Amino acid sequence: MEYFLTEQQKTIKALAKRIAEERILPVRAELDEKEEFPWAIMKDLADADMFRVFIPEKYDGLDGGCLELCLVVEELSRACSGVAISYAATALGCSSLLEYGSEEQKQKYLPDIASGKRLAAFALTESTAGSDAGAIKTTANREGEGYVLNGTKQFITNGGEAEIYTIIALTNPERGTRGASAFLVEKDTPGFSFGKKEKKMGIRTSSTRELVFRNCLIPEENLIGKEGMGFIIMLKIFDRSRPGIGAQAVGLAQGALEAAVDYARQRIQFGHPIYSLQAVQHMLADMAIQVEAARALVYAVARTIDSGAKNFSEEAAMAKVFASDTAMKVTTDAVQIFGGVGYMCDYPMEKMMRDAKITQIYEGTNQVLRNAIASELRKRKGIRE
Amino acid sequence: MNVVVCLKQVPGITEVKIDPETNTLIREGIKNIVNPFDTYALEEGVRIKERYGGKVTTVTMGPPQAEEVLREAISLGADEAILFSDSAFAGADTLATAYTLATAINKIQEYDLIICGRQTVDGDTGQVGPELAEMLGIPFVAYVSKVEEIESDHMRIQRMVEDGHEAIETLLPAVITVVKEINVPRLPSLRGLAKAKSAAIPTWTAIELGVDENTVGLPGSATKVIKVFFPQRVHRGEILQGELGSQVESLLDNLREIKVI
Repeated sequence: MEYFLTEQQKTIKALAKRIAEERILPVRAELDEKEEFPWAIMKDLADADMFRVFIPEKYDGLDGGCLELCLVVEELSRACSGVAISYAATALGCSSLLEYGSEEQKQKYLPDIASGKRLAAFALTESTAGSDAGAIKTTANREGEGYVLNGTKQFITNGGEAEIYTIIALTNPERGTRGASAFLVEKDTPGFSFGKKEKKMGIRTSSTRELVFRNCLIPEENLIGKEGMGFIIMLKIFDRSRPGIGAQAVGLAQGALEAAVDYARQRIQFGHPIYSLQAVQHMLADMAIQVEAARALVYAVARTIDSGAKNFSEEAAMAKVFASDTAMKVTTDAVQIFGGVGYMCDYPMEKMMRDAKITQIYEGTNQVLRNAIASELRKRKGIRE
Repeated sequence: MNVVVCLKQVPGITEVKIDPETNTLIREGIKNIVNPFDTYALEEGVRIKERYGGKVTTVTMGPPQAEEVLREAISLGADEAILFSDSAFAGADTLATAYTLATAINKIQEYDLIICGRQTVDGDTGQVGPELAEMLGIPFVAYVSKVEEIESDHMRIQRMVEDGHEAIETLLPAVITVVKEINVPRLPSLRGLAKAKSAAIPTWTAIELGVDENTVGLPGSATKVIKVFFPQRVHRGEILQGELGSQVESLLDNLREIKVI
């Protein structure tokens, strides 16, 4: 498929692919088994300017947008979804800063993020607040010239490894979701520590950890936007980040598809490669159709966002839902084509299947996102202009 | 610290075929790459620049398309690049190549260190580095595996020898050839790739270098390839059969026969 990428986009994609093949592929099984954060690869990505891709030129970036980020994430995920999300989490972690931060905040943090010197993370989820994000309990009380944070964030990607965190906390609990605000908190701020490091089914190289705030005082200039804007910021940046999860899913599915085609051509049963069996051919064809459709949707939504469109909440949700369901289906079928060896840890297929599941869950479960799509659908009476 | 790194563009696969008529490599349809050993030379040059300042100039002698390796070098951290290209340079052996490089490097003037890969994967001779040092009249160290410390006019390095490493102190300027153990070459960066795309790469011909055409290319070569062939595989091994006792007997007989025992 011709996606009409610019020369710059092609360069970004090709270099990300090279990093994936030369630096990620050889170590992905070990990273998965040891649940080790991929610091060496983060360094390679930084040296290759990959963290500059999603940062404006003014802050030492390369001025790319959602599509450029998606191209990198897709290529990295083709080799290892866990590495891809460790990279993408920094983009999510600084997106509220990019969209709503003050000039001073941007000057202070973005150049370090662009150079890859410091990773970022975004923290919303709590034990009582997953899909029901309005149920968060972490508070930020105004005290003197700053805010005091108290509460515990859960399942935070890049937790413990990132140095710059965007935290959603309640500045006015009585007002509910309208009383939430977004803050920047730096690692090593007194009163900010890390709790449990989660053991996961998939994307095991990525770090998923609790953030614990106990009377953590942060200066008032760390407030992003205005008090009470926390939920709006959160909703808006998730609309922007969802195509990225879609790209992660597309890359994962692409990797599984390629491995399955390769295996089917080599595996001899009944005297012929199993590729000659129509049952296998149809499975592979269906996988290819779904992957290409998912990619086309993800790129189209990323381009919509980069064009400066105002409303893309529904489309962003569609891209994430469709691509992640595709990744789950395609990786499951890839394991099926591999048969017994696909189930064994010696082959990467079972890892891909484990890695796929989370894409249906995080950044809005596919059920919650279907609710959002259905709600938009009702508003527009199903009509597409 | 001004470093000159010599690169060579070579065919990308090791199974290249040889033209039986001319006894030279058939290069058509084969993707060219930077000689793998030269990538370590370039990386070391860039690391030295990052440690001590200065600049890295990459040079190559070859046909016009050899410019590709110089652009790649810029994407990997080289500051400048010069291509030495002229039909008069064609067919050069190591002597004529080293002479051309030496003349050009003399013209560059500003150099403290020249780094080459230990050998190329096409010619495989490993001669150009030492010949270059001889012609420039400066010290030479082969198989360098570590650059320890560089002072203003000398440096401490380690070189690989059969049973370990030698620590060597040498005066500068000098020529070194490096082994792959010296570093892990970096991948290009996006900014580097953008720089490489727009970089101006001058071409120096025989006229620019001011060389006599009889000293370069085929006329300037002291050697000529007469024949290229695969040595025949000879199976000298013998597998002894029978009972263990008789096998030991015949093994001893054989060893006595060739006077090993």
